[in-house]
Amino acid sequence: MLTYVLRRLVATIPVMLLVAVFVFLMLRLTPSDPAAIIAGDNANSEQVAEIRKRLGLDQPIVTQFAIWLGKTVTGDFGESFFFKKQVAELIADRVEPTLSLAFFTLLIAIAVAVPLGVVAAYRHGGWLDRTVMGFSVLGFSVPVFVIGYLLIYVFAVELNWLPVQGYQRLQQGIGGWLQRLILPALTLSVIYIALIARITRTSVLEVMHEDYIRTARAKGQTELKVLIRHALANAAVPIVTVIGLGVALLIGGVVVTESVFTIPGLGRLTVDAVLARDYPTIQAVILLFSLAYVLINLAVDLAYTFLDPRIRY
Amino acid sequence: MSIEALPAELAREPHRGRSWRLAARNPSVVIGALIIFVLAMLGALAPVLDTLPPSEINPVFRNKKPGTERSLRLSDGTESKYVHRFGTDSLGRDVYSRVLYGARVSLIIGITVAIISIAVGLLIGLIAGYVRWLDGSIMRVMDGLMAIPAILLAMGVVSLSRAGLIAVVIAIVIPEVPRVVRLVRSIVLSIREEPYVEAAITVGTPTPLLLVRHVLPNTLAPLIVQGTFICASAILVEAILSFLGVGIPPETPTWGNIMAEGRSLFRIYPHNIFYPGLCLALAVLAINMLGDGLRDTLDPRFAKRV
Repeated sequence: MLTYVLRRLVATIPVMLLVAVFVFLMLRLTPSDPAAIIAGDNANSEQVAEIRKRLGLDQPIVTQFAIWLGKTVTGDFGESFFFKKQVAELIADRVEPTLSLAFFTLLIAIAVAVPLGVVAAYRHGGWLDRTVMGFSVLGFSVPVFVIGYLLIYVFAVELNWLPVQGYQRLQQGIGGWLQRLILPALTLSVIYIALIARITRTSVLEVMHEDYIRTARAKGQTELKVLIRHALANAAVPIVTVIGLGVALLIGGVVVTESVFTIPGLGRLTVDAVLARDYPTIQAVILLFSLAYVLINLAVDLAYTFLDPRIRY
Repeated sequence: MSIEALPAELAREPHRGRSWRLAARNPSVVIGALIIFVLAMLGALAPVLDTLPPSEINPVFRNKKPGTERSLRLSDGTESKYVHRFGTDSLGRDVYSRVLYGARVSLIIGITVAIISIAVGLLIGLIAGYVRWLDGSIMRVMDGLMAIPAILLAMGVVSLSRAGLIAVVIAIVIPEVPRVVRLVRSIVLSIREEPYVEAAITVGTPTPLLLVRHVLPNTLAPLIVQGTFICASAILVEAILSFLGVGIPPETPTWGNIMAEGRSLFRIYPHNIFYPGLCLALAVLAINMLGDGLRDTLDPRFAKRV
C-alpha cells in the first residue's frame, strides 16, 4: 500500500511539470515585456535592462524555466506586478476565505445530495425521482452567479435575514463567519448537489438489483439499513470519484461566487490578477489550484481501498 | 418477446436510421430543440422585434424599471411611444433589446466552440489512436491540460491577449479539446479490435479509407452528443468570463455583459441581472436537455457509462 501511495505521488510529478510548462510558457507568450511592466512607465531602457538581468530574462529559455521552477517549488512565486507584494504572501492571506467556502459547500452538497440520490433510486421512476433528476438538469444549467443573486435578493434584500455580501475572518467570531458563509456556500453547492445526486442515484440503482440486497431483505433487515449498509456502501466508489472530479467545477465556482459575494479569497484574487494582467499572480494561482485538484483526486483514488475492501493495490 | 413480434419496418430498418428517428420522438430532444429554435429566432430577428439599437445610450432614461414608457422621435418627425419592457441599464440602454441581441453572441459562441473543439479534438484523437508512437506524448499533454480547472485555464488564456470574440472562443476551446481527444481515442482503440476492421485491413484497405469508412461513422453519434454538451458549457463559460469583466468588451451586448453592468445597482434594479440570467439559464437548460435526449437515443453505450 505504502509503495503504491509513493508510486502514485511520483506519477503526479510529470502532470504537474506539464502544468508548470504551460503556466511558464503563458508568461512567454504575452505580447508585453515583463521587465518593462515591472519597471513602470517612467523607466529608461537601462533600468529595464537591469530588471531583465535581475529576473534572469536575458538567459536562454530553458535556463529561465529551470530558475523559475526552482523558485516556484520552494514557494517563491516572485513579486506581484499589481499588488507590489510577494505573491506567496498575497496567497497566504487569501487562503482562509476560499477554504472556508469550499469546505462549507462540500458539507452542504454531500449532506443534501447523497440522501436525495438514495431516495430517488429507492423510489425509482416515482415523482420524487423525477423531481430530483429535473432539479439536477436545472442545477447544471443555471449559472452560479444567477443563483447567487437570486439568493441575495430573496434572503438578504427582501427578507433581510442574512448579510448581502462580504466576509468575516474566523478569528473575529464564529457567528459572523458562519452568517456570511451561508449564502455563498448554498449558491456554490447547487451545481455540486446536482452532480452528486445524479451519480448517487445511478450507482445506488445499479446495486439495488444485486443478490446481496435481496439476501439482506430476506433476512429481515430494515429497509433503511439495506439502503445504507448494503446499497450505499457498495455504491460509494463512483460517488467519491465524482466528488473528486467535481472539484474542478468547485474551483470554477469559487472564482465566480467570491466575485458575487465580494469575498476576499483566492477566486477574487484570480479575477483581479487577470484584470490587471498580473502574470506572476495568475501563474501562482493556476499552479496552486491545479495542484489541489490533482492531489484531491489522488486522495480519492487512495480512498477506494477503504471504501471497497475488494480493491487492493 | 419473439422476433416475429417486432414490427416489420423496425426489424428491417438499419440501426442508424432507427436511432435518429427515435431521437426525433424523444420529448427531451423535441423540447430542447424547440427552445433553442425560439431563442435563435429571437436573436436573428432582433432588429424587427421592436428593439432599439442595443448600444444606444440615453442619459435621461437611466435605470428605469421594466415597463417604463418613453416617447421616441421617428425619422419622419412623428412621435411614438416606446415601452422599455425589461427596463433600462445605468447608461439608459434598453435591456430588452440588449437581451435579444445577446442571444446572437451566446449562440454563435456556443456553436463555434463546439464545432472547433470537435474538429481539433477529432484530429488529435485520430492521430493519438492511430499513430501509436505519438499516443503517449499526446495523452500526457492532454492530462496536463485537464489538470487545470477549465475556467482558470480560460481566464489564463484570455489574459494573454486583448479581450475580444476570437480570444474568448480560443480560451473556451482549449480546455474542451482534451475531453474530445480522450473520447475519440477510446473509440478508435476499441474499433481497431473489431473483426470487420481487421477484415478490412486484411483485404488491403488503405488507412485513410479505413478511417473514413469505419472509424469516423462510429465517432459520429458520441461526438454529436459531446458537441451539444460543449455548446452548453461554452455559453456558460462565456457568460462567466463576461460577467467577471475578462470576456467580450462591455459595449457588446452579451448576457454576461448585461449582468456585469447590472451588478453594482443590483439591489435597487435587479432586472438587469434577472432577464439575461433567465435567458442564459433557459438556453443552457435547452441545450442540456437536447444533449441528454440525444445521448439516450443515439448513443446508448455512452448513456450507460455516465
